Amino acid sequence: MNLLDYVADRWDRLSLQAWLHVSEVVQSTLIAAVIGVLIGVAVYRSPIGSAVATALASTILTIPSFALLGLLIPVFGLGAVPTVIALVLYALLPITRNTIVGLAGVDPAISDAAKGIGMNRVSVLTRVELRLAWPAILAGMRVSTQMLMGIAVIAAYAKGPGLGSEVFSGLTRAGSANATNQALAGTLGVVILALLLEGVYFLIARFTISRGIRG
Amino acid sequence: MAETVSGAEIQLENVTKRYPGTGEPAVKDFNMTIPAGKIVIFVGPSGCGKTTTMRMINRLIEPTSGTITIGGEDTLKLNADALRRKVGYAIQQAGLFPHFTVAQNIAVVPGLLDWEKKKIGDRVDEMMDLVGLDPSVYRDRFPRQLSGGQQQRVGVARALAADPPVLLMDEPFGAVDPITRGNLQDELLRLQLELRKTIVFVTHDFDEAVKLGDKIAVLGDQSTIQQFDTPEAILANPANDMVAGFVGAGASLKQLTLLRVRDVNYHDNALTVVAPDSSPAELRKQMSEQGKTYALVLDARRRPQRWVHVRDLSTASSLATVGRPVGDNVSTQSTLQDALEAILSEGGNAVVTGSRGEYVGTIDIETVTNTIQQLRDEHDAGSAAS
Repeated sequence: MNLLDYVADRWDRLSLQAWLHVSEVVQSTLIAAVIGVLIGVAVYRSPIGSAVATALASTILTIPSFALLGLLIPVFGLGAVPTVIALVLYALLPITRNTIVGLAGVDPAISDAAKGIGMNRVSVLTRVELRLAWPAILAGMRVSTQMLMGIAVIAAYAKGPGLGSEVFSGLTRAGSANATNQALAGTLGVVILALLLEGVYFLIARFTISRGIRG
Repeated sequence: MAETVSGAEIQLENVTKRYPGTGEPAVKDFNMTIPAGKIVIFVGPSGCGKTTTMRMINRLIEPTSGTITIGGEDTLKLNADALRRKVGYAIQQAGLFPHFTVAQNIAVVPGLLDWEKKKIGDRVDEMMDLVGLDPSVYRDRFPRQLSGGQQQRVGVARALAADPPVLLMDEPFGAVDPITRGNLQDELLRLQLELRKTIVFVTHDFDEAVKLGDKIAVLGDQSTIQQFDTPEAILANPANDMVAGFVGAGASLKQLTLLRVRDVNYHDNALTVVAPDSSPAELRKQMSEQGKTYALVLDARRRPQRWVHVRDLSTASSLATVGRPVGDNVSTQSTLQDALEAILSEGGNAVVTGSRGEYVGTIDIETVTNTIQQLRDEHDAGSAAS
């Protein structure tokens, strides 16, 4: 059986796994975006706070994903929970760092003008500073999403949902019928989904970044 | 005063700003009354505290002690954000929001004040017209699609959008080229003629201060007031060496830009003759009677045409061609600087004309020097008396 036949034959299961894969990555990215932006907003005015937040997020990224999942399983058991926690932690660094860089890069004269004409602190942040930092934040989310697509494969180790289970099961059954097809279908599926998400990000950027600041 | 003043008086009393951990205050015991509807310029060297002083008026910087009132209202008792919505604020390079269109930028303060959508839209168009930007062309442009001068205009429109009685301007024209700056200054003066706001304007350019200010405050270290007076008075009689240094070379020449020909005693006793009504022979007789060597020939509508020397007349056949044509003349509206230019190019004497171009007198270099001298004497006497 060649790869195409295999995919056609197992389409129901593969498409469900693909959907779960995208779903967990997108949800983890969104959770990480909320946390990362909040952290960024909390620390961007303080150089020390910014350095600490960036260093912590970097440290998380240096933990191998296998090890992190291994540490989470005893606490949270198997399944979706440890997977999402791990993915969120990995997604934090690009988003937090880009939020800090984006907010710190807003011309102080613009923030001063916003305050000077009577915007309160929250308005200055939400209507001006975050809007100007948005391209950087979105870029951070995009990097996180791409990274998570790969890491989510590893999460199959913790019995998380997604195409990872195809890859793992194919690899462990190496030599038996359709083992290569199964591993390949999982891997290529991840690549195709990553490219699709890339396209989605392009559209989001197109519609949410003001023409006045689009590069 | 006939015009309606929409500005409010600003009073600063014993205002001090001390930053934690510094020995000397940045602004020390500052007292000033800024009259309603006037442009007051804070001018001084970098780091003298002029911007700090201005920013305390809208509480972008909170004073350490002292009181500031706008129109009698204590600013420290107001909510700072609410206060700032009532005080226009324009800064160098405009500080426009790059992600907002021109219209959205101008609409910010009316939006913060919860104006109706329709009213905001009308106001945006009105403000754009006021600063000379065609709404149909520029409304939906983004700041980066505008020139520096246009951005600065939008900055002024945004500051004025909610019709605040007070306008604070922090070197608003500092980042544009000299020609654009000149145009923007002229426009501000034109706007002010209409609007009569109380404007506090910070600059380090003394020439800009002279051009725009009703009064100029020359500030030294810690925002100490070295002199607070009209541009004329400061130019005529700098209070101390620091002010004199700031006024710089050419104080007398700068003074000439402030005076109009109508304000000085130009001569009106030149011998004039209307060309079609007279002949060279008649004019010669008149000149010898009055002991004059020069005469001015006018046309039928009394507009100056030619200068005639008595010796030209012996060979002349008609007054329309005798002597040499009048070159540069000045109107009663011209500045003394223009008059001096005309005097120099005409060789000692320039013709002064009225609103319809008719002869009203002549001005010479002595008139100019006497005027400057008289101003100095006045301001000397003034400061000796005070």
